[in-house]
Amino acid sequence: MPEVTGTTWTVYDANTMTQAEIYGHVLCDLAEKDPRIVALTADLARSTKIGVFQDRFPERVINVGIAEQNLFGIAAGMARAGMLPFVSTMSAFASMRALEQVRTDICYQNLDVKIIATHGGVSFGQAGTTHHCTEDIAIQRSLANMTVIVPADGIETANALRACVEWPGPVFIRLGRGFEPVHYAGDDYGFAIGKAVTIADGTDITVICCGVTVYHAAEAAKILKEQDGLSVRVLNMHTIKPIDEAAILRAVTETRRILTVEEHNVIGGLGTAVADVIAASGKGCAFVKVGLPDCYSEVGYPEDLYSFYKLDTDGIIEKVRELLGREFEADEDWEDEV
Amino acid sequence: MPLSAEEIATLQAKARDLRCDMIDVTVWAGGAHIGGALSMTDVLTALYYKYLRVRPEEPDWPGRDRFVMSKGHGGVGLAAVLADRGYFSKDLLHEFNHFKSPFGMHLDGNKVLGVDASTGSLGHGLSMAVGMAMGARFLTQPWRTYCLLGDGECDEGSVWEAAMAACHFKLDSLTAIVDRNHMMIDGPTEEVMHLEPFADKWRAFGWVVREIDGHDYTQIGEAIEFAQATREKPVVIIADTVKGKGVDFMENQVQWHYGSMDSDLAARAKASIQRLAAEVQHA
Repeated sequence: MPEVTGTTWTVYDANTMTQAEIYGHVLCDLAEKDPRIVALTADLARSTKIGVFQDRFPERVINVGIAEQNLFGIAAGMARAGMLPFVSTMSAFASMRALEQVRTDICYQNLDVKIIATHGGVSFGQAGTTHHCTEDIAIQRSLANMTVIVPADGIETANALRACVEWPGPVFIRLGRGFEPVHYAGDDYGFAIGKAVTIADGTDITVICCGVTVYHAAEAAKILKEQDGLSVRVLNMHTIKPIDEAAILRAVTETRRILTVEEHNVIGGLGTAVADVIAASGKGCAFVKVGLPDCYSEVGYPEDLYSFYKLDTDGIIEKVRELLGREFEADEDWEDEV
Repeated sequence: MPLSAEEIATLQAKARDLRCDMIDVTVWAGGAHIGGALSMTDVLTALYYKYLRVRPEEPDWPGRDRFVMSKGHGGVGLAAVLADRGYFSKDLLHEFNHFKSPFGMHLDGNKVLGVDASTGSLGHGLSMAVGMAMGARFLTQPWRTYCLLGDGECDEGSVWEAAMAACHFKLDSLTAIVDRNHMMIDGPTEEVMHLEPFADKWRAFGWVVREIDGHDYTQIGEAIEFAQATREKPVVIIADTVKGKGVDFMENQVQWHYGSMDSDLAARAKASIQRLAAEVQHA
């Protein structure tokens, strides 16, 4: 096992552990300080990598078997009783199988339950479409009281976990399967729930991304600068709800072109959340959403699927060039557009 | 300790008055799930006036026993009981179902004092009650958790997920009570979806089963005290009841699952409740 300090996460930690493994380690540290914390799962203690927590706090792990509705109902009851449950299962089950328990038992009652949804998007590519979840962001962000976070990598997962303990109410943290590339070199980059992180500044176009696409968007920006001389702003919109409206509005006025990239259906996810903000601003903007084009996902290795759906570095480069080639009349006077 | 004759008479009188309150609220609300509220009234009365350790003047008292009404559509019944116990004024129940009222058919625990879990969608309550009982264990608290289910509700698969877990985790501080009134919206339970052999199903899931007459306070009291004394296993009390109990024209009438009343019909209903209660007292 790698040396894990639990307070400072390095690229070494994130490269040697999956997001979910980091979840287990960080949860141990949090649980050390907070006796209310318990970890719940539904026969996925192994798959969701909470094993290290199980070793350290065996009495604080509750495995309910393959029964996700019961999993989230129990979590609601424990939160009502004064505990702080962290529930981990695959996103497909957290977002669909047990949706009514998440909505009615947890969100409607506004309970402090933290949901760690692994295998989000197409990250469990070979398992097939039943085990993908390209609807989870749309579903979860439509639940009142819910906070939705899609960390870029293992380092950001650690940050999100620490932040969500102090953040009131239900939180949904969407992870991949764990073999995603690591973007951050350390955890000290100013993570705060609801605040986008500027990965690269730029003036020609803004790429707004979350999850695994952050790494690829950052790479794409570098290549576009070298090859096309483009100034690409990259925003890591790790919190989909509440979304950082100010960062989006700055992008609208300062770059006039926005591309959203997400491992999700183009309906209802990050792109839609960004579009809502743009539309309400009354300001014009060239805008394209990249994601799954309202279809069920293909089967394959995640890398192949990211490539197929234009979510990887090459795909983002292609989509940025397309959007920049689109005719858009930028008006210097915003006042008449509002 | 078995309930004394005096205690039973007091509880019966209380249940009679509560049933009349429920009729009033049904009129004010413009309609309510009155049939299933009347069937569970004796169980609720035994719990709230004898067995539950609660402090209406301190609704969030951490040491209180928890009560989850998984059959959330019985809201009119629970609201009448909570008002009578002093959690809030009975006058507030005039607002039942009204615009922006805290009281809807299915009670919201964030709006109505004394409600430990917001229920309504069936099949959710027992899981939450399991979570509360596990919370008590983690926090080493002595409170007990009671969960009242409908019989038709037990068609929901999630009830049995929770039932399996309660046994697995040996939750002896949890007691489930099923209001076995034999009816659901579309007809008798055994016609819509067979539940029998119902007690055997619970036994097969590892529960200790008590089958009682859900309107007989001696049996209700004995079963709850048995559940409190049972160790290592959860107890389910299957309370055989009559839907619409106490109102002659509602008893065992499937159409009174949900109904509305004008003041004339309400007066007839209350007269029936008084008459039947007097017969029980003199029996």
